[in-house]
Amino acid sequence: MEKLIDKQRVVQYMDGRLLRNNVLKFLFFLATLFGLIVLVVLLYRIFTQAIGWLNVDFLNNFPSRRPENAGIKAGLVGSLWLMVIVAPVSLILGVGTAIYLEEYAKKSRFTDFIQTNISNLAGVPSIVFGLLGLTIFVRELNLGRSILAAGLTMSLLVLPVIVVAAQEAIRAVPNQLREASYGMGATKWQTIYRIVLPAAIPGILTGSILALSRAIGETAPLVVLGIPTFLAYLPQGILDTFTVMPMQIYNWTSRPQADFQNVAAAGIVVLLVVLIFMNSIAIFIRNKFQKRY
Amino acid sequence: MELTVVKERKNKQAEERSEKNVVYRTKNLNLWYGEHHALKNIDLDIYENEVTAIIGPSGCGKSTYIKTLNRMIELVPNVRTSGEITYRGRNIFDKSYRVEELRTQVGMVFQKPNPFPKSIYDNVAYGPRIHGIRDKKILDEIVERSLRGAAIWDEVKDRLHTNAYGLSGGQQQRLCIARCLAIEPDVILMDEPTSALDPISTLKVEELVQELKKNYSIIIVTHNMQQAARISDKTAFFLNGEVVEYNDTDKLFSNPDDKRTEDYITGRFG
Repeated sequence: MEKLIDKQRVVQYMDGRLLRNNVLKFLFFLATLFGLIVLVVLLYRIFTQAIGWLNVDFLNNFPSRRPENAGIKAGLVGSLWLMVIVAPVSLILGVGTAIYLEEYAKKSRFTDFIQTNISNLAGVPSIVFGLLGLTIFVRELNLGRSILAAGLTMSLLVLPVIVVAAQEAIRAVPNQLREASYGMGATKWQTIYRIVLPAAIPGILTGSILALSRAIGETAPLVVLGIPTFLAYLPQGILDTFTVMPMQIYNWTSRPQADFQNVAAAGIVVLLVVLIFMNSIAIFIRNKFQKRY
Repeated sequence: MELTVVKERKNKQAEERSEKNVVYRTKNLNLWYGEHHALKNIDLDIYENEVTAIIGPSGCGKSTYIKTLNRMIELVPNVRTSGEITYRGRNIFDKSYRVEELRTQVGMVFQKPNPFPKSIYDNVAYGPRIHGIRDKKILDEIVERSLRGAAIWDEVKDRLHTNAYGLSGGQQQRLCIARCLAIEPDVILMDEPTSALDPISTLKVEELVQELKKNYSIIIVTHNMQQAARISDKTAFFLNGEVVEYNDTDKLFSNPDDKRTEDYITGRFG
């Protein structure tokens, strides 16, 4: 039989395609390297600036006009207070919405509409959420510039991300497990509570913690709400006003004194440590509880 | 005159008796997936303490039918049914018939072993627990009895609290049968329970089915005609959504009434 493939040409072509393979591998490596180098430079700058300013006093002091006395205490505590509101509110609303959409709602135009809008909401600029919070929580509901108002605003901001993450986690639970449960006469809620949620929890938590770390680093909505940046006392409850780390850092960077740049760098390091801590919790949960089917 | 009365009474008694032994009576069942007419005018009676096999080529509606018997089919969107299936005399499509109640009476074993990602013990105890049984002693007893019933007790008794995913495929399937027995059902539906298993595990499940039919009515969908011939008392042959023939298994495989059945079982198509 006559051969349709000319072996000679195959051999000639071989060098070219192997070369292209290597060139592309190198390009992709460069792309990774670029991001990595920028990150390292950034971290290097921040750490060299922050060194010497970062000490126990910095964590223990309130903001001050004098850079050597300035500290992040109000911001750090404020950020933790913010989480006290954002974590439960956004988790309950987000997971609840995801359960409804994935398990209960029949597919209809209405649910399609909700679905599309949730995905779109995830892309809405955070400053818009700030304006919404200002109108509704600060003014209409008269909550003032409180932890509660800011927490609810931030919850709305991260809600779409949590909903989508939770939906994906719930969808990843194999249907055959649900069938097995229904097959024994379990109700929908029993199936969700005993089968679906335990299997989906790692995914839900990982997504949620990542969303929460976004909330902890976010500034724009709080600027719109008018959260102060110079507070020399700690909030006593959720209706008190407060400040958060990113706001504090923003304030320091806009000061004319050169030393405040170093104070800001120290603040950034603290913020990064908190973020890395939260992300490692997410990774820990993912690795520890991840189930394979 | 009197004789006819006696005869009538006798007929009636006979009818009542057979009525008692009928577990499922399907009357003129039609089912559509959207526009696709998947089951056409099904009439089928299923009897107590027998193994009823459902055979037929892929896409003939046999899985659809068995999933209709415990209304599992309703999990598929856009399914419509007409006609009637009575289970022990009650129409399962009745609005007042709660589907959870039906599925408590009718257990199901699926094509692929689908244990929960829990311990062996928790898998078997799942059913009783969702029905409100909390007593540890009773649960222990149910678990042991069910695992014995599914002929897997000896293999797992020392590791009841380890994850069920550590079992082999065949063991997992017998665990699923045990899980199904734990709710003490009346009927067991089996949807190609051995299609994902090796021959030895298949043999074990088949022996188990023989054992189980003493206490349960079993309906089994199978791709494997030899399996149907080996283990069932009655066989229904489905083709393109219709029941072509429903007969005693011996009769259907040795001397089928319908030419199409003969063609299928002799391997001329399918």
